[in-house]
Amino acid sequence: MAKRKTKRTTNPEHPRLPVLKTYKMFVGGKFPRTESGRHYTPRVKGRGLGNFCLASRKDLRNAVVAARAAQASWAERSAYNRSQILYRIAEMLEGRRGQLIDELEIQGATEGQAASEVDQSIERVVYYAGWCDKYQQVFSSVNPVASPHFNFSVLEPTGVVFHVASENRPLLGLLSLVLPILAGGNTVVCLASSTRPISAITLSECLATSDVPAGVVNVLTGQLAELSAHFAGHREINAIALDRPPRSKNSIAQSIRETAADSLKRVHVYNLNWARGENQNPYLIRDFCEVKTVWHPVEQISSSGPGY
Amino acid sequence: MAQRAKRFTERSIKGEAKRQGLRMVLNMIDLTTLEGSDTPGKIQQLCHKARHLHDNVPDLPHVAAVCVYPNFVSLAKRELAGTDIKIASVATAFPSGQTSLELKLTEVEQAVDAGADEIDMVISRGRFLSGDFDYVFDEIAAVKQTCGTARLKVILETGELGNLDNVRHASDLAMEAGADFIKTSTGKIKPAATLPVTLVMLLAIRDYHRRTGRQVGMKPAGGISQSKLALHYLVMVQETLGPAWLDNQWFRFGASSLANDVLKQIIKQQTGYYPAADDVSRD
Repeated sequence: MAKRKTKRTTNPEHPRLPVLKTYKMFVGGKFPRTESGRHYTPRVKGRGLGNFCLASRKDLRNAVVAARAAQASWAERSAYNRSQILYRIAEMLEGRRGQLIDELEIQGATEGQAASEVDQSIERVVYYAGWCDKYQQVFSSVNPVASPHFNFSVLEPTGVVFHVASENRPLLGLLSLVLPILAGGNTVVCLASSTRPISAITLSECLATSDVPAGVVNVLTGQLAELSAHFAGHREINAIALDRPPRSKNSIAQSIRETAADSLKRVHVYNLNWARGENQNPYLIRDFCEVKTVWHPVEQISSSGPGY
Repeated sequence: MAQRAKRFTERSIKGEAKRQGLRMVLNMIDLTTLEGSDTPGKIQQLCHKARHLHDNVPDLPHVAAVCVYPNFVSLAKRELAGTDIKIASVATAFPSGQTSLELKLTEVEQAVDAGADEIDMVISRGRFLSGDFDYVFDEIAAVKQTCGTARLKVILETGELGNLDNVRHASDLAMEAGADFIKTSTGKIKPAATLPVTLVMLLAIRDYHRRTGRQVGMKPAGGISQSKLALHYLVMVQETLGPAWLDNQWFRFGASSLANDVLKQIIKQQTGYYPAADDVSRD
């Protein structure tokens, strides 16, 4: 692992041997190693970041099992409670601000860029925490129909979402999609940035201590090319959020779309600059919701006209 | 025992061996519903599932038996007419076993008369734990006699026996009293079936077979819901008792959700994609 900036040394004559961290994944509220036993070592400017789990398709399957098990109860929580839980993530991130900045610098950002990314990330959590109990009012509707019925359209979560996180914005990019996915009542399996995976793991540690129920967020580290056919085909996954620039030559998005079509998955491909304020918006919540329309007969319960 | 049992979980079973193993597991399942909330509709659904595990997957074996409460035996018998799926019925005041011997025998008699092919009885754990082994032995022998041609499975409820020595003793006692099968658990209390407990019982079966020449079956029940775990059990049977027991005449899984997990694994092997919960029928 790359060396952190040390703030103070207790005894300069006898420097401590630093305790190195084993980077593990985050699945079902626990921190397992990959079942495959494989690792890889991403490098930034020639310097190794550490050994990270190289997730296998079985790790993917286990994460989906955890996400599916957690989905119904996450969606059933009151919107207000989801909001509180998301806000708690911001509290946890705030306490780790220094560590998050250090780690972004180790992964290649300048001090200024790192601080700005962490601050924006924390603010983004608060932003989506606020939206949890509001998007339903904005996007739902009462529809005019030509018969004595109430006709409502309301949003329901899509289900289990697989999220391929941004390669270049390891913290802000990951949160910018995970948060709207969670706000809408979905659970998520994230594939962290393969070249800069440290921040996703530290974020997992924040999530594990922030009242987010086990399995609601799961974080894998590994290679997109190895896993893409498996998550695209996995029938228990209901939607895919692919945070990748569209490339004409390498058509991984295209092959994911084709495989995903077999199981009627939603596939959203994003190529947004997450640092820009306009790219945090409630429409991202709607991307991972389905519209349910219900008809309800209007009953005559008073003499003066239709009513409740 | 725990260490020996753990080693069975470290075998790698892939490809064709896994395919055959999964089909064998399906064929050994006693598809079970033993809930206070069971209704005739639930039993019909279970029987339909036993016959049609998944119509889109060709050449699937069917399960070994369905396992229900005595009052649903005649219904299950009608639903499964014309198939060779067995009807197993729990009896003897399942799951606690706390009633008089007369009532237990009457219950067994009714279940057998209604058409049960197999009877799953529970032993009197209270008597066993207070050292009244003669009572437990006589009770099993009496039930065996009442069963007639129906095969008798004796549930030891190992989770209540306290330790492996008691499990071994209860296994020996049940086999000497005439059990055709010994079974770990009712599924109503935790822990239910575990690998070490099942291993102790398999060893008891092996020793009994060597001593008397009579083959006794084994049925772990409760808590086995993953295909992988079920395959570990098969490995353990193979390595403890040998291939003679790898048949649904001599080995069964008591389970409700295992069948769906095995089906999903088989579908995964055939299509290459992990199926969703909605791709198989509800339990």
